[in-house]
Amino acid sequence: MRNMKDIIQRVGWPRIIIGLFFVLLIVVSPFMGLKLTDVFSDVLRRWSMFGILILAMVPGVQSGIGLNFGVSLGIVAGLIGSTTAIELSFRHGTNRPWTDLGFSLLIAIPIAILLGFVYGLLLNRVKGSEMTVSTYVGFSAIAFANIVWLSLPFKSGTLVWPIAGEGMRNTINLEDSFGGLMSNPAVAQTHPTALRWMAFELGGVVIPLGVILFFLFLCLLMWLFLRSKTGIAMSAAGENTLFTRSNAINVDNMRILGTVLSTVLGAIGIIMYAQVFGFLQLYNAPLMMGFQCVAAILIGGATTRRASITNVILGALLFQGILTTSLPVIKKLMPSGSTLSEVLRIIISNGIILYALSKTRGGNQVEK
Amino acid sequence: MKNNNNHLDTAEHDTELLLTQKETGTQRVFSWLFENKVMLLFGALCIGAVLVSGNPMSFVVENIFIRFGRNGFTVMSLLIPVLAGMGLNFSIVIGAIAAQMGLFFAVDWGMTGLTGMLVAFAIATPLSVLFGFGVGRLFNKMKGAEMIAGLILGFFADGLYQLFFLYILGGVLPVKTNGLVIPGGVGIKNTIDLTGNMKYALDLVKLVDLILVLFIAIAVLAVIRIITELKNKRKFPLGPLVLLIASAVIYALTYIPAVERYLMTDRLPVVNAIEIGCVFIVFLSVWKFIKNKRTPDERFNPKRYIAWIVGALLLYAITYIPFIETIVTRSTIAVLPFALVAGLAVFNQAFLSTRLGQNMRTVGQSQVIANASGIHVDRVRILAMIISTVLASWGQLIYLQNLGTFATYGAHLQVGQFAIAALLVGGASVQKATNKQAITGVILFHTLFIVAPEAGKVLFDNAMIGEYFRVFISYGVIALALAMHAWQRKKKPELELPE
Repeated sequence: MRNMKDIIQRVGWPRIIIGLFFVLLIVVSPFMGLKLTDVFSDVLRRWSMFGILILAMVPGVQSGIGLNFGVSLGIVAGLIGSTTAIELSFRHGTNRPWTDLGFSLLIAIPIAILLGFVYGLLLNRVKGSEMTVSTYVGFSAIAFANIVWLSLPFKSGTLVWPIAGEGMRNTINLEDSFGGLMSNPAVAQTHPTALRWMAFELGGVVIPLGVILFFLFLCLLMWLFLRSKTGIAMSAAGENTLFTRSNAINVDNMRILGTVLSTVLGAIGIIMYAQVFGFLQLYNAPLMMGFQCVAAILIGGATTRRASITNVILGALLFQGILTTSLPVIKKLMPSGSTLSEVLRIIISNGIILYALSKTRGGNQVEK
Repeated sequence: MKNNNNHLDTAEHDTELLLTQKETGTQRVFSWLFENKVMLLFGALCIGAVLVSGNPMSFVVENIFIRFGRNGFTVMSLLIPVLAGMGLNFSIVIGAIAAQMGLFFAVDWGMTGLTGMLVAFAIATPLSVLFGFGVGRLFNKMKGAEMIAGLILGFFADGLYQLFFLYILGGVLPVKTNGLVIPGGVGIKNTIDLTGNMKYALDLVKLVDLILVLFIAIAVLAVIRIITELKNKRKFPLGPLVLLIASAVIYALTYIPAVERYLMTDRLPVVNAIEIGCVFIVFLSVWKFIKNKRTPDERFNPKRYIAWIVGALLLYAITYIPFIETIVTRSTIAVLPFALVAGLAVFNQAFLSTRLGQNMRTVGQSQVIANASGIHVDRVRILAMIISTVLASWGQLIYLQNLGTFATYGAHLQVGQFAIAALLVGGASVQKATNKQAITGVILFHTLFIVAPEAGKVLFDNAMIGEYFRVFISYGVIALALAMHAWQRKKKPELELPE
């Protein structure tokens, strides 16, 4: 009995409830006339799609800046990178998916580093209220990017509104670019034989192996980094400022490092997201994306002070799993309830963030 | 950190005193400029945008008055939580949700006009008391993180609200009016048109009715006071009696045909409002002089009231300049919403001098001190949230009846965002916000709202850029204010280290 209590304590009620709900949805879906293979395909797809964006939370939390709602900065960098890459290949006249993807990352990462650095400097000035500030920095970044999308002098037909001839579209189709490159079996068929493993069907389940491997590879890198000397120093900075300072580690620099890493991962994350999704979403679409990432890693078991790779993988699976499986089930249950899944997402994601906030700063506990 | 707060406050106070002693005229001007930098910067931006947009001045002013009546109340509902040290109350979204539930049921039951509005108020108020209580309880669990919690709570509540309006209404709970339900499904339509039932229900209240209600309220209060004083058999209650007679005389004046015609309107031209305001200020100042003659007060500063009188006369004189005259005669204000905003301003001010208000201020400055002096900190904080939520719900009702269309799933989303941005633009901070800042903020913020699309069109040949710039400003100003607040709070302990 005591053992049971301990386990519940460790796993935490929200995760148990959400986990059971997820299992229930999967069990129920065959009875609702849904193919289990489709369900698994969708879950795998969404899991690999969001994985890196959720991984971007880890360095932020570990370095002590808390839940990085401002990951939108990284997202904006990623979007700038990919739109520029598409425009570049348009100017050269050919569609070259792999170069598009490469250039997207190549352009996005330096921008993300720069933005992350400045953002880190700001966050060092506002210790103790990073989350409120970062939320609004994220919002302002998206709002500012809206102006950028309207005024960048791009000419490519896939990017720009066809009639006006200027200002970028809301959603940009990546069919001719890097859409589905590492995740869509149909696209993978066109690759050279050596690369066909990137996406395939196995017994009816679509496995986007390329994206999954890339995600797991980044997870591994992060895992290794967190065990390196710098990584440990960074985690220490997040854990105990005084102790870290007494060990001659520059806390502020470590926090900047965490912020930069988080922003860069956000940029890579949105590019991979768009790659799996097949579309780039500009304007206000990524406004609340930071909240989804925060909710996912919290469901995975992270707190505002600690987060691990396991939290990322588990959180992405549970959060995205529930959203993907609940949608078809709800549709079968009530045909008019097409938005219920969206409503559910809002309630779950914000509910879990509230729960985590009340846990970390509970009672009369005064921060720091 | 909280323990140090007290030392910090006293230390800060000392330096302030020193500064005021040394300060010369120019220094005072500079420090005033520095304190109001956000407001001044934004004012400059507004003036620039107005000039660039090429919108006629009368159009801008007219719209400012419309939007002030619409949004002023909500912005002012933010002041009390700031006083209680709970920062900017992002969770006023929840008050707006309560208001919308009230309004929905009023529409559903087929209510119209002022009755409908009163029903909406009657439903929204208890709901928002309940919600405010819940929010307060929750915030007490997250002291120091109220703002982020309020923000998330707003989104969370939005989810529950959507669940309620999309699936429970029409699904579980029956809806009377068929036209409100999504055709062929459950849930409520995207927009509810208020034209013909609740649109302008409050705006159309006539000045004369307002005076009647005020007269009845004053009379009832005065009679009650006279009766209680007579019962207690103290000296004869002269004050209330004078008040009663004076208000009766004023009310009787409204029956003079000329005056009645003047008051039969629901929309007061701004020029008349200025006249009334000037007369009121002059009377008030004269009254203060008389009062001072009877019971001299050391703190009485005659210069201040003379300045007021001169200012009022100048303001009145300005309305005779032809350019301004056309503007102020053309723009009108809705009587009741403006009276409500003014009433709330008076309430906020009067609240400060009540016992509860003082307790709230103490809690806001230091919870430890408040606790030590026997104030029930948690209860005071909950009360602050309840008051703010109720006021926000009233504000939302005023907003919706003026707008005339009720976007079921969108009307509440940006309430907190815009109200807080407006307050901050007025020069308020996370720790200090006043009526004056709220009023300036609403005017400046909405000026930009009005002219931004046109200005964007002129500057960038694209109205959308102006639109997005406006959104960027509203987010950016909050980010900036929060960052500056956190920065200052971080600086203070470092300054104190030598001590």
